[in-house]
Amino acid sequence: MSERSAWKALAPWLAVFVLLLLAPRFLPRFQIYLTGLILTTGLLAVSLNLVLGLGGMYQFHHAVFYGIGAYTVALVITKTALSPWIGFLLAPVVSALFSLAIGLICVRLSKLYFGMLQISLGSLVWAVVFRWYSFTGGDDGIHGIPVPDIISSTDGAYYFSLILTAICLIVMQRIVNSPFGRSFQAVRDNPVRSEAVGINVKRVQLTGMVISGAFAGIAGSMFVVIEGSVFPELMFWTLSLEIIIMCLLGGWFTFLGPMLGAAIIVLLRTVVGIYTEYWTLVLGIVLMLLILFLPQGVLGYFLEIFKRGGMKAVQERK
Amino acid sequence: MLLVENLQKSFDGFIAVSDARLEVEKGEVVAVIGPNGAGKTTLFNLITGQLRADSGRLLFKGENISGMPPYGICRKGISRSFQVVNIFARLTVFENVRVSVISHNKRTFNLFSRAESIAVSETEEILKSLGFSEKSDRISGSLSHGDQKVLEMAIALGNRPELLILDEPTAGMSPEETRDTLELMKLLSRERGITILFCEHDMELVFSISNRIMVMQHGRTIIQGKPDVVRNDTHVQEAYLGGADERF
Repeated sequence: MSERSAWKALAPWLAVFVLLLLAPRFLPRFQIYLTGLILTTGLLAVSLNLVLGLGGMYQFHHAVFYGIGAYTVALVITKTALSPWIGFLLAPVVSALFSLAIGLICVRLSKLYFGMLQISLGSLVWAVVFRWYSFTGGDDGIHGIPVPDIISSTDGAYYFSLILTAICLIVMQRIVNSPFGRSFQAVRDNPVRSEAVGINVKRVQLTGMVISGAFAGIAGSMFVVIEGSVFPELMFWTLSLEIIIMCLLGGWFTFLGPMLGAAIIVLLRTVVGIYTEYWTLVLGIVLMLLILFLPQGVLGYFLEIFKRGGMKAVQERK
Repeated sequence: MLLVENLQKSFDGFIAVSDARLEVEKGEVVAVIGPNGAGKTTLFNLITGQLRADSGRLLFKGENISGMPPYGICRKGISRSFQVVNIFARLTVFENVRVSVISHNKRTFNLFSRAESIAVSETEEILKSLGFSEKSDRISGSLSHGDQKVLEMAIALGNRPELLILDEPTAGMSPEETRDTLELMKLLSRERGITILFCEHDMELVFSISNRIMVMQHGRTIIQGKPDVVRNDTHVQEAYLGGADERF
């Protein structure tokens, strides 16, 4: 890609970033909070898609690593005398370590068996958190977590999540386009052939899981800043299912599709949730329509139209 | 270079390979022939680690490689192509080959450099040597069967193998494609000094390129020898070619 076309591709994203940067000046507080939540959930979904879409692994219990990141921050702040920032640094590390432990056991199995075993191991972590009242607060969770002043206001929390999301997305994009990303894709498409060209498939998959878990942990730490609390539902398997739906909804063969999927689900839940508690009914209908009409996901669909339009333009010029 | 002794493999009581013996010297082109179901593909899968042998010895350059995982064997210098097309169907031709070049250069776990600028010249060179340069941006799944078979070889070459194992490289190819593949194999053997072990049903091709031929039947090695010796062996003629008067 030439330098000029690289800038051209980058420009819209820069514009979106600047717009989001200025958002607190013209949006009311609730919407800023909501945008922060979308970014957090979106980062979580993109991190899942790293293993699900790029690596083709059935990561059925991704929320565990999100929850662990959130709890790490919460516990460092409320149970230790350490600086809260250490909690934020530890969140991805601890999530990555759990990812490694669970991955070491699961990665031996393939496809559905991998996913099923992951659900069981993840649920084990959830059960411990759910029951260990003296340490994790049990099913009550931990509330009113005092995050550092600079990020405790609505705007502060928003900027924290915006900047962190931007950095994480850039790093993840980089990983997707790295030799590792290409090899991970190759493993997804054809593990047998990958082994035959000298790729240690299990190790690639494990590395992918650890990376993805670390980013989920970062998303978890952002959640603490935005909500000021943690609770076991953060690592319950239904949330994992919801993240998978976000990926499918947005388009799991695109990098930012899951982010869009997350936005749709968070907005649906909030907006439809005002009128009825049965918002999942609407979600169900949306999902059915999507599977029937846009199997490649919302972003996948628009990218295809965009590509087709671009090709037509090229042909017309000829 | 490669030594196979008394190799045995069974699946649920069915003995696919009962006693395979094979010797491949450096620089040779060795063919394995035999009727369908003789155990040729199983033998190759055993050598490259896709399957694990029940018993027997597998030595590559004097080192025991039996029980090693496929990626480990590949790193020792053995690459292979598959009989049934086995490529990365959703990636472009270029990416297909680049994956194995990246693996060979030990950069699989490189997380932050740009893949776009890595292994470009090596990949281009391999594609060029196979006459594949114009097709490098095509999604490999959309290629014709013959082209996919050639891509099979290209991927295997990405690992810069010392020993290249080809499982029916011309299966399903047109006569022209078969001729091109034959020329390519000659080129790889002569100019790059790659040792080639392959199995094939096209007898004309087998006898025109091989230094030595190994004949398998019912999972057993009947004979391994120079083409002339094999051609005139009565066991082979009876067992494999269905009678002494049949010509090939």
